[in-house]
Amino acid sequence: MNKKNLAIIVLIVLGIVLANGTFYVLDETQQAIVTQFGRPIGEPRTTPGINIKAPFIQKVQFFDKRYLEWDGERNQVPTVDKKFIFVDSYARWQITDPLQFFIRLRDESSARSRLDDILDGETRNAIASHNLLDLVRSTNRDPEITEEFMEELEVLENIQVGKARIEQIVLDKANQRTSDLGVRILDFRFKRMNYVDEVRDRVYDRMISERNRIADQFRSEGQGEARIIEGSKELELAEIQSNAFRTAEEIKGKADAEATAIYASAFNQNRQAVDLYKFLRTMESFEKSMDEKTSIILSTDSEFYKYLNSLN
Amino acid sequence: MSEREFEININPDWLKKYLGKILIGIFLFVMLITSVKTVGPEEEGVVVQFGRFNRTVDPGLNFIMPFGFETMHKIPVQRQLKQEFGFRTSELGPRTEYDKEQYVDESLMLTGDLNLTDVEWVVQYRITDSYNYLFKVRNAEKTLRDMSEAAMRKIVGDRTVNEVLTVGRQEISSSVEALLQEMCNEYENGIRIDQVVLQDVNPPDPVKPSFNAVNEAQQERETLINQAEAEYNRVIPRARGEAKETIQLAEAFALNRVNRAKGEATRFNSLFSEYQKAPEVTKQRIYLETMERILPKLGNKIITDEQGSNVLPLLNLNPVKESAP
Repeated sequence: MNKKNLAIIVLIVLGIVLANGTFYVLDETQQAIVTQFGRPIGEPRTTPGINIKAPFIQKVQFFDKRYLEWDGERNQVPTVDKKFIFVDSYARWQITDPLQFFIRLRDESSARSRLDDILDGETRNAIASHNLLDLVRSTNRDPEITEEFMEELEVLENIQVGKARIEQIVLDKANQRTSDLGVRILDFRFKRMNYVDEVRDRVYDRMISERNRIADQFRSEGQGEARIIEGSKELELAEIQSNAFRTAEEIKGKADAEATAIYASAFNQNRQAVDLYKFLRTMESFEKSMDEKTSIILSTDSEFYKYLNSLN
Repeated sequence: MSEREFEININPDWLKKYLGKILIGIFLFVMLITSVKTVGPEEEGVVVQFGRFNRTVDPGLNFIMPFGFETMHKIPVQRQLKQEFGFRTSELGPRTEYDKEQYVDESLMLTGDLNLTDVEWVVQYRITDSYNYLFKVRNAEKTLRDMSEAAMRKIVGDRTVNEVLTVGRQEISSSVEALLQEMCNEYENGIRIDQVVLQDVNPPDPVKPSFNAVNEAQQERETLINQAEAEYNRVIPRARGEAKETIQLAEAFALNRVNRAKGEATRFNSLFSEYQKAPEVTKQRIYLETMERILPKLGNKIITDEQGSNVLPLLNLNPVKESAP
């Protein structure tokens, strides 16, 4: 009874050990290679689910099947045009040949350090052999100019290579160097890029001076514009006033002429008319020029006397 | 102490009797908690059987094979997720608070004219393909962050600082959105970009005052122009009015002058035609009439003789005036 039980237990344990050595679960995210005494056997296993291998003598090495991330160091490099910048990049990569990968690199962390060497190196090379502008811009797009005065300031200089192209260069070169490692770099991109701190301050100074220039231009434009308006005001004022004066004088002159003609035609008919006019006008003058403050001395040689005399 | 009490309380007979049932109970309990799964209304359950993708299940109560034969990943496919760049929402509430200080590196970027600008943005996205999201990319969230930063810098790198700060905002966010979606498709990460929203876009702090100075100067320019125009508007219409007045006054003068002349001429002509009939008498009459009107009004009237040598009345002008009638 006891012996029989023991045998059953031993059988069960043996069965479990055997099953454990034979079956292995391959996750959806993984791929694997099977090795026999360290030597890879057969094709890499990529079908997820329960897989079979020979128990005890074969071992399974699991690798990730997904796109893996690689995050670059902050590289501080001068560009061709001697601008010190730092560049932060990232890449995606994948273990495409787990067998080769296992032989060359064995595991992910050693792969990571190889990628660091290769990608950081290629990044430095790429930056050191291009202008900053090429690293920043990707197209030769023309800026949208909103205000006329900005035209001289809003200039996007044209580029020869461009960011996308440089990224592609780094990617191609890195892939060449990783071709025998069983990995493929899917893409490489510059993430962050900026001036190093010391340069940054000088860039700020430049930006400030640029802005001040615009501000000064604005102010001067405002003053100039105001002067133009002021000038045109004065001009228009002079035009209006002098024209009015001229027209008024012309009208008056014409009226004077007309009146003179009328007077002349009436008063200048003949000698008698002239005489009468002179007389009437004199009388009128008397009436107008004399009042209670006037003292009148009428002498015998005066015109008045003659009339006065004739009055007596 | 408690351990001892526990041991004492266990009755070996009782244990023997119920051991089977207890084991079955534990077995059932474990089976239950490993097989019954609830999927939230915004989620989708991805069931993996022996490591292999098997099916996706809908929200509600779901059963899977127990004891880890099947496992479930819950992916919030209905929820809109977001990533913040250049800031983090530190406290949600009536007044949302933001943390910005330590994320300057994230938001500071180079523009196409080699200036610097500070761009903060939010990426709103949704997981549309949970299979790709789980099994195609490792660390999909981090990948998306990297992609988003690269995309934003690529777009901003092709624009001037002025465009980024003013007119280009809308265009930039839609360009980044398109580029980011393109990258997501390329990476097969199962993510759909809903929207890229630009938040604060500013010049870097040290440069800010000079950018404000530009705005001020712009205002100043407008003010100066407006003032000049106001002065113009104040003076010119009035001058026009005055000019019209001057001309009208001249016309009035002219009318007056001509009409008076005509009137006087007519009057003279009438008088003259009568005068011609009796010149001397008429003249005399007019003279007398005039003198009659004038002389009473005059103050002093001195009449000298022919020689005009008698100057006596001139010495006492005032008394004479006083005694005048």
